Amino acid sequence: MAAELAHPETTSTTAPSPTEELIRFEGVGKRFTVDGKPLQAVEGIDLSVFEGEILTLVGPSGCGKSTLLNMSAGLFAPSDGKVLYRGEQVKPYNPSVGYMTQSDHLLPWRDVVGNISIPLEIKGLSKREIGDRVAELLDMVGLSGFETSFPSQLSGGMRKRCALARLLAYNPETLLMDEPFAALDAMLRMRMQIEIRELCRRLGKTVMFVTHDLDEAIAIGDRCVVFTRRPGTIERIVDIPLAPDRDILRLRHDPAYMEITAQLWEVLAPSVGVED
Amino acid sequence: MTERRTMIWVMRAAFLVFVLGAWELSSGRLASEFFISRPTLIADQFWTWLIRGVIFYHGAITLLEAVAGFFLGGALGMIMGVWLGRAQTTAEVLDPFIMMFYSLPKVALAPLFVLWFGIGIEMKIYLTATIVFFLVFLNTYTGVRAVSRELIAILKLMGANERHVLFKVVLPSAITWVFAGLRLSVPYALIGAIVGELIASNRGLGYLLADSAGQFDTTGVFAALIAIMIMAFFLNSTIKVVEIKAMPWREQSSRREMSI
Repeated sequence: MAAELAHPETTSTTAPSPTEELIRFEGVGKRFTVDGKPLQAVEGIDLSVFEGEILTLVGPSGCGKSTLLNMSAGLFAPSDGKVLYRGEQVKPYNPSVGYMTQSDHLLPWRDVVGNISIPLEIKGLSKREIGDRVAELLDMVGLSGFETSFPSQLSGGMRKRCALARLLAYNPETLLMDEPFAALDAMLRMRMQIEIRELCRRLGKTVMFVTHDLDEAIAIGDRCVVFTRRPGTIERIVDIPLAPDRDILRLRHDPAYMEITAQLWEVLAPSVGVED
Repeated sequence: MTERRTMIWVMRAAFLVFVLGAWELSSGRLASEFFISRPTLIADQFWTWLIRGVIFYHGAITLLEAVAGFFLGGALGMIMGVWLGRAQTTAEVLDPFIMMFYSLPKVALAPLFVLWFGIGIEMKIYLTATIVFFLVFLNTYTGVRAVSRELIAILKLMGANERHVLFKVVLPSAITWVFAGLRLSVPYALIGAIVGELIASNRGLGYLLADSAGQFDTTGVFAALIAIMIMAFFLNSTIKVVEIKAMPWREQSSRREMSI
């Protein structure tokens, strides 16, 4: 029944503006084998991600949200259905996406500049080009002055900024974010949410942002996809009825925010698993 | 704080004086001088050896064996560790044999090495290298295997090929582990060299030790032990300095505030 709620009409009407479809999941399912037993991670996913939107995916742990990101990145193929990127089936290591995970995965032996340089070195840019681009990125994420610090000397928020700068360095058009702020404290988290939304909108990035935190999903997203428990199916896709340049810092006093939170919470509540 | 440091040093000196004094006084009274010698005699013997160059001659031999074995074993261990860490199938095939060989106390190979390489310094170098090899190999292997698959995926999305992954991530991250292995190996390298010399030799600090013992010269035995102790301390300090120089990020992380 959950899959029916996500039929194509729902999806198309919730597009924020008539932009181009970037990623498309068509009847996507994924099975893994865990300890010899088959495990259905996601099932019957029909979903479109439009260019320039921030799409948040929220649902209980283990509902296969990350699986969708991994398939968009081409880390593995779906068991059923198709994942299309700009109309073409995703091949291994989709070069149009950048991936950010909960762990920042900075290289401890490289300082901030060294870490941000990695994708540029891989691209084969000259030392001067790398230097210019890194300076620009440092400024963009607010890390100027920390050029020669090692990750071990940075705070959690700084490390996130560094990982973000590294991600933006090679300018992927789509950012896949898998609970990137889950390990941060509440204040820092909100600050990173404000920065990431502002930055992605400014740079016109398309974002798929996975979180298990409904508040975060609403604060950051243009649209929000709510998942059921495993096997993960789409329970509902909603437009977030908040201004594009919303004030995330004062959202909790916004009646529209309170209403959408209450509404989505009712959708998500059965997944808590107390009532059945 | 500096006052406390001074006090600690004073107390250390006092402790040393107490131990040496008790040793000196009990020698010939509580225990036979033949068995425990005396600090003054040992110092005298050590000084004699020092000015005659005996310590330097034998010490240089032992140092050469330990260092050559250390580098030979370390290099081979590193190469094998990186290779097997990347070659999954080969590693699985070889695993039981490696573990079997690993559990063998390597000094038990000494008699075999004497047969193969004679009693010269080659035998000590190979014995030391065998010991060091396993420590460095296992550390490197674990390190290469521990490289996060997530990180590798992130880099491949950035367009990295296998060569990029190897040189930008796998090898540098293995260095941390190689150093852990090397650091661990330093005392063992010395053990390899000394044990080799004890078993069969005519040179080196181990020989000096065995030779003194053979002549029932307790004073000589203690003097040789002191020489070995000084060399071990020197080697450990050297690798510590090299480690800090090679991995500056490690030293800095230890300066961060503790939060418990």
